[in-house]
Amino acid sequence: MGKNNYLKLLGILIVVAVAPLIIKGDYYLSILVFMGINSMVVIGLSLLMGYAGQISLGHAAFFGIGAYSTGVLTTQFGFSIYSAFLSGLLLSAGVAIIIGIPALRLKGHYLAIATLGIGEIVFIIFNEMIGLTGGPSGLSNIPPFHVGNYQFTLSIQYYYLVWVTLFVLIWFSLNVIHSRVGRALKAMHGSELAASAMGVNLSAHKIQVFVLSACYASIAGSIYAHFVSFIAPNNFALMTSIMFLVMGVVGGLYNIWGALMGASLITFLPECLRVFKDFDILIYGAILLMILLFMPEGFLVGIPALFRKYFK
Amino acid sequence: MDLQDQIIQYLASGLTLGSIYAMVALGFTIIYNATGIMNLAQGEFVMFGGLIMVFCTTTIGLPLFVSFFITLLLVTGIGIIYERLFINHASKKAPLMTLLIITVAVSIFFRGIAMFIWGKDPYGLPHFSSPKPLIIGGAAILPQVFWILGLSLLAVILMNLFFNRTITGKAMSACSVNRMAASLVGIDVSKMVLLSFALSATLGALAGAAITPIALMEYDRGPMLALKGFCAAVLGGLGYGTGAVVAGFLLGLIESFTSGFIYSGFKEAISLIILILVLFIKPSGIFGSEEVGKIKKI
Repeated sequence: MGKNNYLKLLGILIVVAVAPLIIKGDYYLSILVFMGINSMVVIGLSLLMGYAGQISLGHAAFFGIGAYSTGVLTTQFGFSIYSAFLSGLLLSAGVAIIIGIPALRLKGHYLAIATLGIGEIVFIIFNEMIGLTGGPSGLSNIPPFHVGNYQFTLSIQYYYLVWVTLFVLIWFSLNVIHSRVGRALKAMHGSELAASAMGVNLSAHKIQVFVLSACYASIAGSIYAHFVSFIAPNNFALMTSIMFLVMGVVGGLYNIWGALMGASLITFLPECLRVFKDFDILIYGAILLMILLFMPEGFLVGIPALFRKYFK
Repeated sequence: MDLQDQIIQYLASGLTLGSIYAMVALGFTIIYNATGIMNLAQGEFVMFGGLIMVFCTTTIGLPLFVSFFITLLLVTGIGIIYERLFINHASKKAPLMTLLIITVAVSIFFRGIAMFIWGKDPYGLPHFSSPKPLIIGGAAILPQVFWILGLSLLAVILMNLFFNRTITGKAMSACSVNRMAASLVGIDVSKMVLLSFALSATLGALAGAAITPIALMEYDRGPMLALKGFCAAVLGGLGYGTGAVVAGFLLGLIESFTSGFIYSGFKEAISLIILILVLFIKPSGIFGSEEVGKIKKI
């Protein structure tokens, strides 16, 4: 998977290991945890957007399915956290297959519309099945994550849990990209017609990537539920799906490192804008627009390009 | 209320909802046809329509009739600025996916502006005519409902005439079929794109001004309206204006009857379930033809 990528992975590993020595305090650590959780979803999304050329407007649904499976099964049915986690993963993959098969056989962005619909339907189910999910007032007392008798209760523990998981997911994704499937996806991205003429099964590969991205979102959702211990439907609404999409685009598509940067930046931005109180949405929108207008290919490509433009 | 009165009541509320969805869907279709972009800030036009109308009538104290036209003008202006500042600039170099995200960013930005000016509270408006409900059969129907229906029908008819009878309208239709060919026969495509945003904004403003007296309006109403309008636009066969309008009314009716006879919690879900089913069974939409569906991709 390339020497360059190994070096980058090593770099991230060092940054992740060292960061808690510099960044202290529960608040900052929890932001880092959220950055990691969002990055997991966005990496899946960037595989889908960058390589399969498809948009998902409903990834919060898979994130939510992961979170609610963990929450509902552990609090109400006495499942162990592992079986709950696995159930969420299977459910997400199942939903992704059910909507992916019909939508991805068609040309064009039908997946965007189908996921938009499924996202809202899942959101409504979370809201309306009050007996199971607690409805709009949410589900609380989700047990913390544990391995054997070792309980994860502190932010620092979750920090390591999330970033190690993320690290594994990145490593896995890089391997996928550099495998046979990845090469087929790259060919598809270049020209669908040419790829299918070479014998690449377009829709099968697209469905695989979509299911993979749904699984990433589900994993992120399960960890999220354990970390915050309280989930409500509003965390998984359309706006969340769109935020994931924005993170992907801001970081730059076609690039896992871009996804990581975009997710980190957009997670951190609202925290910086807290000082503006109610007007944060205005400034947030303006910053987002500026990034998109002046760096349409995302940060990772855009910043060096701007740099070259003005300093050469 | 017996069954018949209930049906009349739900019919009226369904048509009211439907006419709003229809106008949002038509706005979607116009921009989609001219640019291929799904404008996710479409709901914000409606929101601005309602809130600017509130500003003109309640805050400044202008008569309803005057402020209605001022509202349409101002929101059309917003649409024009939107296109020139953000879309026109970016569409030359950015891929379609980025343009879609730009419309999302614009909608967040617009919501921010609206909250900056009006805050988070919902606002009401005086009814266009008497607020006393008319009793039809056993059902009570507000006169405003007739205003909404009338205005949206008028808008749809005018749009139809514009696209079929005027040279500019035909030029716009030409752009939607093939932009390259349109520019070869001397149509200024960039101007047509601008016009599509202006028209779409006007339609949104009309819808917003008309529903605020009965539905109130607040800064974050946009996304839900955009979602429904989008459903209607896809159901009607994307890019097909009349289909979008009919699908809009259909969705409104279905929602109103589901919430009346089945369960109001599923009101929002039903249109989305229909959307997904239609996509799987007939992806070109209920009214779109198979051939057009093959040419026009989403």
